[in-house]
Amino acid sequence: MIALLIRDLRLAMRAGGGFGLGLAFFLIVVVLVPFAVGPQSSLLSTIAPGVLWLGALLACLLSLDRILALDWEDGSLDLLAVSPLPLEAVVSLKALAHWLTTGLPLVLAAPVLAVLLNMPSEGYEPLIMSLLLGTPALSVIGTFGAALTVGLKRGGLLLSLLVLPLYVPTLIFGAEAARRGMVGLEITVPMLMLGGITCGAIALLPFASAAVLRVNLR
Amino acid sequence: MKEPRVTSLWTYANPKKFIETTDKLLPWVAMLALICLVTGLIWGFFFTPDDYRQGATVKIIYIHVPSALMAINAWLMMLVASLVWIVRRHHVSALAARAAAPVGLVMTLIALATGAIWGQPMWGTWWAWDPRLTSFLVLTLFYFGYIALWAAIENDDTAADLTSILCLVGSVFAVLSRYAVNFWNQGLHQGASLSLDEKENVADVFYHPLLVSIAGFVLLFIALVLLRTRTEIRARRTRALLARERMN
Repeated sequence: MIALLIRDLRLAMRAGGGFGLGLAFFLIVVVLVPFAVGPQSSLLSTIAPGVLWLGALLACLLSLDRILALDWEDGSLDLLAVSPLPLEAVVSLKALAHWLTTGLPLVLAAPVLAVLLNMPSEGYEPLIMSLLLGTPALSVIGTFGAALTVGLKRGGLLLSLLVLPLYVPTLIFGAEAARRGMVGLEITVPMLMLGGITCGAIALLPFASAAVLRVNLR
Repeated sequence: MKEPRVTSLWTYANPKKFIETTDKLLPWVAMLALICLVTGLIWGFFFTPDDYRQGATVKIIYIHVPSALMAINAWLMMLVASLVWIVRRHHVSALAARAAAPVGLVMTLIALATGAIWGQPMWGTWWAWDPRLTSFLVLTLFYFGYIALWAAIENDDTAADLTSILCLVGSVFAVLSRYAVNFWNQGLHQGASLSLDEKENVADVFYHPLLVSIAGFVLLFIALVLLRTRTEIRARRTRALLARERMN
């Protein structure tokens, strides 16, 4: 299992793995927002948590088709399917590798980009906490979407269409927690809900992903 | 001793039996749907008084409430049909789920459109980010994703499997979204028009034609799904026959 995780991490880090792409995309989205809505710092600081959450979500979405597509093309997915490791564990590891290479860097980059949006300093801690709690759910849900569309040529657009509605609850609770934290309100409830969604997704979705992958490998 | 002959529900899962049964059933359902719809709508539009606050706009309720009801029930029906496909692998079930999706999508869009038309004079806006409205918009997105996935996959069985699992996962997330948007914004939308608690219901003059109209929408939905399922079965049989022709 650890060997598979290390292999996935290595592949993602090396050239062609698209390790930095998500981060660069996140940066560009955040930089474009002031151009679109104007540079007034009060407005920017109001929308900062939402923009950062949305940017992180889109950057995550952008890298989803890489989770399984490369392994599907060169046949290593078939090998993994017949290996002694259950397919549920394989997809969980894939999601973990995706989170380590995409979600975690996004969480670390978010406070830096928050400076660009004039976010008040009270908002940093809830923003980082909510992203840290929410991005694993994004990776796990995304792995399910990637497993659904892995057999399709040009499945990228369909993948977004399938995954985005599934991201709605995570985004609502995540952005709400970050926003409430910034203006000094109580954040326990949205954080608990966010944690609940993440735990539920991690616990249940790998079974759905593995089932879907088995159908696709048939 | 002779085995007692039991007609199980699953005999109707045989495509041939299904076509035979629905041959007899479909005209009746369609006729009843037509009668209920015409009665409900004419009764509602011409023979009920205007509301003392909403005026004549209240009459959109006879389309809005039934279509909204059917939008959710269509998804529920797809969920049940998907489960039946996953557990018992009856092809008719998968095809019925597929047939219901576009009908459900249209019901959702009708509910959204009539709601917007009513909201413009009443709330002064076509759209508000109210929890009910928002969850319906999210439901629309789920319908789009489901239909797109069916359309994208060539192999029928693979498509049936994948869309069933998507339907299961989607249902969980649709319910989650419903609670999430409730948390996220307080609503403008009024409470339920129909409920078992009689005090909450709309007034009796509106209630009876509304029930007839809802019955009409339910029957219309059943008729459309039966019709579309029959079409799918026949289209698949035609394809199989053509494939056999080419082999010979």
